[in-house]
Amino acid sequence: MQRFLTDFVPTYLPDLLAGAVVTLELSFASMAAGLLIGLSVAIGRLSSFRALRWPLDAFVEIWRDVPLIVQLLVIYFTLPQLGVSLPAFWAAVVGLSLNLGAYISEVFRAAILSIDNGQTIAGRSIGMSQMQIYRHIVLPQAFVVSLPTLGGYFIALLKDSSLVSFISVNELLRHGTIIISSTFQSMQTYFLVAVVYFVMSFVASRLIRRLEHSMSFESRHKRWSGAHAKADIAVVTDTKALP
Amino acid sequence: MTAPLPDAILSLVNVSKSFGAHRVLQNVSLQVMRGQVTVIIGPSGGGKSTLLRCFNLLETPDSGSISFDGVELFCAEGAGTRHARGAIQRKARSEMPMVFQSFNLFNNLNVIDNVLSGPIFVQKRARREALEDASRILARVGLHDKHGAFPHELSGGQRQRVAIARALAMHPKMVLFDEPTSALDPELVSGVLDMIKLLADDGMTLVVVTHEMGFARELATTVAFVADGGILKTGTPREIFDNPKEGRVIDFLARFRREAGTRHDRTAPH
Repeated sequence: MQRFLTDFVPTYLPDLLAGAVVTLELSFASMAAGLLIGLSVAIGRLSSFRALRWPLDAFVEIWRDVPLIVQLLVIYFTLPQLGVSLPAFWAAVVGLSLNLGAYISEVFRAAILSIDNGQTIAGRSIGMSQMQIYRHIVLPQAFVVSLPTLGGYFIALLKDSSLVSFISVNELLRHGTIIISSTFQSMQTYFLVAVVYFVMSFVASRLIRRLEHSMSFESRHKRWSGAHAKADIAVVTDTKALP
Repeated sequence: MTAPLPDAILSLVNVSKSFGAHRVLQNVSLQVMRGQVTVIIGPSGGGKSTLLRCFNLLETPDSGSISFDGVELFCAEGAGTRHARGAIQRKARSEMPMVFQSFNLFNNLNVIDNVLSGPIFVQKRARREALEDASRILARVGLHDKHGAFPHELSGGQRQRVAIARALAMHPKMVLFDEPTSALDPELVSGVLDMIKLLADDGMTLVVVTHEMGFARELATTVAFVADGGILKTGTPREIFDNPKEGRVIDFLARFRREAGTRHDRTAPH
């Protein structure tokens, strides 16, 4: 144990942290793309435009019904045969984000449906377009509803991204296996890898908790009555004198 | 087919609408006059709300024609259907906003942003300029101190007054009310009705679907009695309430009086 803390950790932690940075890059890139894909697919499946629906239904099924590792292998090893070859990192982002997008689309779809339809009708009745209603009314509320689930997916993604070590992306786990192949110290290495994953996920879950809190209507109300109400109130007091 | 009268702002001709096999409206024709208060009464499930929702195309009729302020919104007579969509449809809706039974405020926006939603999103006005106007309208509905409150912090009556302010902020040509007091506690009803009265006194064109017979009698220029998917009778409040000749109307009013009598309802017909 003594030697682990004084010798092993100082020697190999920097290398593992370099891997952790790649893991974070992968996760953020895939999450951003996954959110975009999920949102587009959810809105498409809810639209009245029927021609969109079955391809999107098929998309969601395909990406949910094949194991992620198999999807990654297909993208990295099979697609080049068809003339599409991607660098390992981007193949990983494509695989992770499409897989995540399929799941997130269902989260968004449920969240959008949970927002009382009366607000959409009210938006229409004052002449708002469907796009404006989504952007200003429905999605801000749906996003707050989906935040806990999205947070869970992000943490799962941080860990599932370790699968891309199979397609030679130099992320955290692969840095670990490279260390093992030269030192044969698998016990210490895997333990340290586990600690780094835990710390990342733990910090992420705390941050997400904070984000959830700050997105709640109550805290936004506090902010309104604090800072940016001032400008409004200045105008409002002006108008008191008006007829 | 009747031609629109010269001062009709909205005209429906032979409008029919079915939901599946259920015929909700059957050949309904109605003219709404500028500056008048048109009140629609009738038994539940008779098609009142559907009729109102056809005005601004929240419901698409199966046949008939609708025109608003000289613009044809819908026409399906004989072959071919013309249906205003996109910008024309949105403009028409913004000129006749609707106030709902269940308020339907935007829950993620505070009171002032709810009122500003039409001016900013639909009319593309600058926030600063629209804000003065919106504050004045909020003061007019008695909520000048509620700018930053969110809908869930307000009582039903306050929410409905915000909804009215949201409609007025569009500077509409006409306002549609779909049972605006039906979801309110009895003691909150009069506040909202007084608001609507103020608008009527200002000469605003209003169409009100309501069960408040006292209100209908006092304020309406024209009363339309809707039942079984049709307008069974239109007339002045005097013709409808004091001297009804149609059996359905007599039954309806009698039942209303009975219920009102047992509830000691302040809005009972006299």
